[in-house]
Amino acid sequence: MARMTGAQMTLDSLQREGVDTIFGYPGGVVLPLYDTLPQFPGIRHVLCRHEQGAAHMADGYARASGRMGVCLGTSGPGATNLVTGICTSWMDSTPVFALTGNVARTLLGKDGFQEADITGITQPITKHNYLVMNAREIPLTIREAVHIATTGRPGPVLVDIPKDVFQETDEFDWPEQVRLRGYKPTVEGHAGMIKRAAELIDQAKRPIVIAGHGVIWADAHRELIEFAEKAGVPVITTFLGIGAFPESHPLSYGWLGMHGMYYANMAADGADVVIGIGMRFDDRAMGRFKDFNPTAKIVHIDIDPAEIGKNFPTAVPIVGSAKNVLPKLTEQVKQQPRKEWVRWIDQVREEHPSRDVRESRHMLPQYVMRTLYDETSGDATIVTGVGQHQMWAGQHYFYKRPRQLITSGGLGTMGFELPAAIGAQIAVPGQETWAICGDGSFQMTLQEMAVLVDEQLPIKMAIFNNGYLGMIRQWQQLFYDQNYSSCGISQPDFCKLADAYGIRAIRVETKAEVPLAIREARAHKGPILLDFQIDQEENVWPMVPAGAALSETIEAPEAELAR
Amino acid sequence: MSAYTNGARIQSHHTVVAIVENKPGVLMRVASLFRRRGFNIESLTVGHSEEEGLSRLTLVVDGESAPVEQVEKQLYKLIDVVKVSDLSHEDMLARELAMIKVRCNNVNRHELLDIANVFRADVVDIATNSVILQVVGDESKIDGLTKMCEPYGIKEIARTGRVAMVRGAKTTTVHEAEPEKIARIHASQGRRVEGALPFSSD
Ligand SMILES: Cc1ncc(C[n+]2csc(CCOP(=O)(O)OP(=O)(O)O)c2C)c(N)n1
Ligand SMILES: [Mg+2]
Repeated sequence: MARMTGAQMTLDSLQREGVDTIFGYPGGVVLPLYDTLPQFPGIRHVLCRHEQGAAHMADGYARASGRMGVCLGTSGPGATNLVTGICTSWMDSTPVFALTGNVARTLLGKDGFQEADITGITQPITKHNYLVMNAREIPLTIREAVHIATTGRPGPVLVDIPKDVFQETDEFDWPEQVRLRGYKPTVEGHAGMIKRAAELIDQAKRPIVIAGHGVIWADAHRELIEFAEKAGVPVITTFLGIGAFPESHPLSYGWLGMHGMYYANMAADGADVVIGIGMRFDDRAMGRFKDFNPTAKIVHIDIDPAEIGKNFPTAVPIVGSAKNVLPKLTEQVKQQPRKEWVRWIDQVREEHPSRDVRESRHMLPQYVMRTLYDETSGDATIVTGVGQHQMWAGQHYFYKRPRQLITSGGLGTMGFELPAAIGAQIAVPGQETWAICGDGSFQMTLQEMAVLVDEQLPIKMAIFNNGYLGMIRQWQQLFYDQNYSSCGISQPDFCKLADAYGIRAIRVETKAEVPLAIREARAHKGPILLDFQIDQEENVWPMVPAGAALSETIEAPEAELAR
Repeated sequence: MSAYTNGARIQSHHTVVAIVENKPGVLMRVASLFRRRGFNIESLTVGHSEEEGLSRLTLVVDGESAPVEQVEKQLYKLIDVVKVSDLSHEDMLARELAMIKVRCNNVNRHELLDIANVFRADVVDIATNSVILQVVGDESKIDGLTKMCEPYGIKEIARTGRVAMVRGAKTTTVHEAEPEKIARIHASQGRRVEGALPFSSD
C-alpha cells in the first residue's frame, strides 16, 4: 500500500476507473487537486468557461461514447453552477461523475467562504452522492460512485471532498470489489413474465414497439432489430430513443410525441399491444395519459422497477435490461409478418407524411436540416439546443445509429448544444459533429467557443437564427392570442463574435447559399460557425397541444403551408 | 402528523418498514423523496436494527396520496435503502408509545389514575398539579386514553409514532454482513472526524 495525498488518491482512483478526461474549472478548495493534476498525464483536463459547460461536456462525452463523463468544480458557486448540468443528466439518465471541492472540514456547517451544501442541493437530482470526510475513504467512495453511475439505470453521481481531505496523507487501499447491500440492479428479466409477454405479442394483431433511451444505454439496438424482424412488429421511438432503431429500416416509423410524426402517434394510439422498451411513458411522448389508447395492453421492459406502473397500468411488467430480455423474447415469439397492420400505418404515413420539406422560396429551417442530412450523407453526429430547432433536428435528419442525436429531452436545457458537442467531439474525435443551435439557446453558453479554440475541435455550429425564442413565440401565437411577450430576442453579430474568438464564420442569408455554406464548413478543418438567417415565423408541426391526447395530433394549417 | 381519529382513515394507512444503512444523511434522503413525490407521511420512527450498521425505519404512509407500490419502489431506489417491506397485508403487531402530561389536583387525581389503570398506562411522574401517563399500544388505544384525559386538561403529548413487526417466524430483516474492511470504511463514510483538525480557510 502506498501513501498518498487525498488529491493523488482521487486522480489515481479515477484513472483506475478508466477516466481519461476531466471537464473542469479551478477554485480555492480544489487547488490541491489542480496542483496534483500534472502528475497524471493520462488525464486530460479541459478548461471550460462556466461550470454548467463542464457538466454538459461530461454529459455529451457520455452520450456520444457510452463511457462515464467527469466534471469538476470548486466549492460554492463552482458547485452550484454544475447543478443545471447534473439535473440534465439526471432527467435523461446519463452516467456523469461530478467532483466538487468543499471548504475544510473544520469550516463545514459554519457558512465559511464559498461553502455550499452541494450534497444537500443535489440529493434529489443525483442517483447518489457522497461527502468524503477522510482521505482513506476516497478509493472506495469513488469505486462505489462509478459503479452506481454506470450500472443499472445510469445516472449522475456527485462526490464532494473538503479541501483538507485533498491534502491529508493516508494509505491508498484500492478495494477489489464493490458491494452495496442496497443496490443490486435486476438485468435478466423474469422468465415467467417474458413468457407471458411472448404470448401476448403472439396474439396481438396490432403490436407496436416504443423504444427509448434505455435501448441505447443497454447497447441493445441489434437485439431490437432481431426482435422486430422476427415478430414483425413496427418500431417507433421516443425522442431520446432516436437512433435506437435505424430510421432506414422498413419497420421504422419515426418517433412519437408532442412533435412526433403524425403516423407514429396514430400507430401508438391504434395499437392493441404497446411494448415499451427502456422508456418511461413520459407526458411529452404519450400526450394526455387518460386518453392514451385506452384499450391497449402494455408490456413494459425497463431496468428501473419504479418506472413500471408509474404512469400507466401495465399488463406485463419485465424488470431487466433490454440487452438481456430482448433475445429471450425474440426466441419465444412466433414469426409473423403482420402485413395488414403494417399496411395500415403505411397508409397513414402516405396521407400524413410529416417529414416532407415543402417547396418555398424562404430559407425554411426544415430545408436547412434536410440539406445538412443530404450533404453529410446522414453520417454526422447532431447535438441540439432546446426549442424549435431541436424538433426540426429530430424531424428532418434521418438517424441510422445509436448516439447519433444528442439532445436534452427530459429537462429541456437551453444552452446544452455547444458544450455537449464539445464533450461528444472529445469522446469520439474522428466523428463529424454538428451543434444545431438556437439563437436564444446558443447565447446561454456561447462562451464555450473558447474551448473549441483551446482544444482545436473541428465542431460545426449551425445557428438557426429566427430572431425569436421560437418555441415560445409558437406557443404565444397558438395558445396566447399572439400576445408576443418577451419572445423577440436581440442578438450580437454571431459572425463577428466567432471572429473575436478566432473562429471562422459565414452568414447564410439566402436559400441558395445553404448547400454551399454546408460544403464549405465541412471542407474547413477547424471549428466554424454558420449563421443561418432562417424564416422567422415558421412553426413546428405536427403538434399535440399541451394537455391533448396523441389522437388529437394536428398538422400544419393550410395558411402556413402556403408561405 | 395527525392523530388517528377514525377507522376509515387508518384503512388507507400503510405500514412500511425500510432497513437502511446507518449513514449520515439517510433520513434526509428519505424525507426529501417523500416531499418530492408528494407522498404524505403520517409518522416516521427510526432506531437501530439487530444488524450492525443497519437502522430500521418504520413509516406510516397515507395510501391516498400515492400508490404504496410507488412508495416502496422509489424508496428502494435510494442506494442507502437495503430492504423495503409493506407490512399492511401481513399479520402484524403495531405499537406506539405516548407520554401524556395531564392537569390534575388532589381532588381528581384518583379518578385520573383509575382511568390510566383501565388503559394499562403507567404513571411515570407525579407533581402537585400534574401527572405524566405513559401508555403503549396501537393508535386507537392512545387516542382513547387521550380522549378520556381531555376533560382534565392535557398540557402536553409526546408520541413516538408506530413501530411494527410481523407475528410468527417471518422477519423483515436483512442478514448480509459486509467484509470487515469495507464495513470499517462504510462505518466512517461521511462522518465527522474526531479530534482537532487544522483550521484552514485559504
Ligand atoms: C434554460 C431554459 N430556459 C428557458 C427554457 C424555455 N424555453 C424552451 S424553448 C425556448 C426558446 C428557445 O429559443 P431558441 O434557442 O432561439 O430556439 P428556437 O425555438 O427559436 O429554435 C425557451 C425560452 C428552457 N427550455 N431552458
Ligand atoms: Mg430562435
